[in-house]
Amino acid sequence: MINLINLSALLLLPLISFVLLALGSRHLPKSISGWLATGAMIFCAVLSLLVAKDYFTDPATPGHPNQIETIFRFPWLVFNDKLSIDICLVIDSLTVMMLVVVSFVSAMVHIFSLAYMKGEERYTTYFSYLGLFTFSMLGLVMAGNLFQIYICWELVGVSSFLLIGYYFTKPSAVAAAKKAFIVTRFADLGFLIGILILSYYGETLDISTLIARLGNPSDTRFLSASAAGFMGVSALAWGLLLVFIGGAGKSAMFPLHIWLPDAMEGPTPVSALIHAATMVVAGVFLVARLFGMFSLLPDVMSILTWIGVFSALFAAIIACTQTDIKRILAYSTMSQIGYMMFSLGIANSSDHYLGYTASLFHLFTHAFFKSLLFLGAGAVIHFVHSNELSKMGGLRKHLPLVHFSFLIACLAIAGIYPLAGFFSKEEILLAAFGANRIVFFLALLTAGLTSFYMFRLYFLVFWGNSAEVPEHAHNSWQMSLPLVILTLCSIGAGWLPFSSHISFGGTLEHSSINWLFSLAPLGFSLIGISVAFLKYARPSDKILPVENQTNWLLTAASKKFYIDEIYLWITHTILFPLIGRPFAWFDRKVVDGLVDGVADTVGSFYYFLRRMQSGRVQDYLLYFLGGIAGWMIYFLYLWK
Amino acid sequence: MHHVPLLHVLIVSTALFFIGMYGMFTRRNLITLLMSLELMLNSVNINLAAFQRYLYPQQTDGLFLSLFIIIIAAAEAAIAIAIIIHLYRTYHSVDVEDATEMKY
Repeated sequence: MINLINLSALLLLPLISFVLLALGSRHLPKSISGWLATGAMIFCAVLSLLVAKDYFTDPATPGHPNQIETIFRFPWLVFNDKLSIDICLVIDSLTVMMLVVVSFVSAMVHIFSLAYMKGEERYTTYFSYLGLFTFSMLGLVMAGNLFQIYICWELVGVSSFLLIGYYFTKPSAVAAAKKAFIVTRFADLGFLIGILILSYYGETLDISTLIARLGNPSDTRFLSASAAGFMGVSALAWGLLLVFIGGAGKSAMFPLHIWLPDAMEGPTPVSALIHAATMVVAGVFLVARLFGMFSLLPDVMSILTWIGVFSALFAAIIACTQTDIKRILAYSTMSQIGYMMFSLGIANSSDHYLGYTASLFHLFTHAFFKSLLFLGAGAVIHFVHSNELSKMGGLRKHLPLVHFSFLIACLAIAGIYPLAGFFSKEEILLAAFGANRIVFFLALLTAGLTSFYMFRLYFLVFWGNSAEVPEHAHNSWQMSLPLVILTLCSIGAGWLPFSSHISFGGTLEHSSINWLFSLAPLGFSLIGISVAFLKYARPSDKILPVENQTNWLLTAASKKFYIDEIYLWITHTILFPLIGRPFAWFDRKVVDGLVDGVADTVGSFYYFLRRMQSGRVQDYLLYFLGGIAGWMIYFLYLWK
Repeated sequence: MHHVPLLHVLIVSTALFFIGMYGMFTRRNLITLLMSLELMLNSVNINLAAFQRYLYPQQTDGLFLSLFIIIIAAAEAAIAIAIIIHLYRTYHSVDVEDATEMKY
């Protein structure tokens, strides 16, 4: 079976790298620290591939592919004989897939960062944060306990915060880090309450036991959780919805998406790792992990669907109008995660849960081409020293390798035939077609928009007017190698027999491509590409400033539909004066007042006592005489 | 000798004691304070001698006790004057109000 040593080495190597680099950040030479972390991560990637090979080729692997298998268990907190928190390492096909994605992309990002971050003052600290993140993310996907997931969930949040705020001398980076942390923390509050509700009714925190109890309509615990309700919604639905809010916060679903575009203030390789490939899909992973419970509640599933499809379309529209290369990619990430989310939401309408497989397939392929896009963007930014599209153009002559890999990634995300995105997106659309036609058409529209904005980006960066470029910049092999490897992955990942390994409840037979069905998505993608080509490929007419647009929709989209402004308005006119200030007053006047009052009483008593020690001999004489007189009166008149 | 009653002697000693005490509280000069202290001690001596003489003429305990007090008073005066001289060297004054460092 799965080797425990491999698995724990996979988990602990990034942690060791984090601890070593964090402790030695002032002493280790930069050349050693970077390679130390990178070496550890490459080793991890190899280990994860070994684990995957062991898992998928082992004939003893249970026939039920989403069977959760516990490799290691250690009772950590035992509350009573029913409820305890066990630290466990579990493995199933979902976990194995995530292990490969996380450690592989992390290794690529480490190699890329060696060159990208060269010359940074806090080079070692950067790599130690990456180690912390990778450790927490691997722990998150291997956790067999809801509470353990929550711990790792917060740890990835913290490392995301630290890495967004890496350039902490920039006020915008500090604000972005704070925003990301507060928004995801707010969502995690929902997650925590959801965990409490689920564990209260399921009487356990262990995920497989929980699913066996609450995912079974004939179990008494399921019945009691469905019967109990609040505001007309059953307790089980509340628990799952609150858990989903936690996932939506991490996965930047509308309306909790506002932190993701700002998170692009971090170094670009970080965006590739955390804000494109791994951490932001944690919400999808969480829903997939608890899918056994989600699939029983159609109402919750339809909320998932509509939030997912709305986020996908919403982000795609905004992405068409942005002028910052990384923000476009951020909105594109949000849009693609919306795809995964709604695909999970519609999964229970088909017998084979096609949407479930499709969603995770898209997660898998998206991790490769989106991290490739981000690393390519990183190489471009490294070359022109700017994020703005107006500073770029005609770069295909200067950066031929980056140009080629970026083109492949754009084709992959647009869903053009032989590349990875085609297979996963087609599967999602097929699932949507079978489930809900409105969702299908919205998704199709989003697919068209996706290829439009990706190729708008591509043409503006690599074609068109030649931007002035600094001559000194040269990309080193550390930057080229990850691009080449990820390009190969973006081409090949779609050909993996994914659906025969990862599915929910039984193996899927579907693997052949239905060409007639694929015509529509391919057609939409090609239309998007052609529009982008006509509009942006020619060097002369570079229509960038969206401020000139008279179309109200485009203006609103370029302002991100004023969501940030709405949040600001809510916080400044409702939350701060009506909730924040009264609480602050209560805290200052009542809570602090109580403590201060005690201190003041003691202080004044002390002041009185202090005045007695006047230093004057005659005062002491007076006390002495008073004492004598007192004793005299006592002995003469009161003592019996 | 017996025409002076005990009460009169006690009145004298009490008066002496309170004069000394008054001096202790009102004077500022350390030498005067020392003198007031001696007055109080001597009033005690008078008390002891008087009680011995009037109440227990056969016993000599009271006389010895007052002798001890005189000796102790002499020693105490020597120490007190040494302290006063030292204070004078430090503060250039023998005013008790000037030596209030030992406080708080």
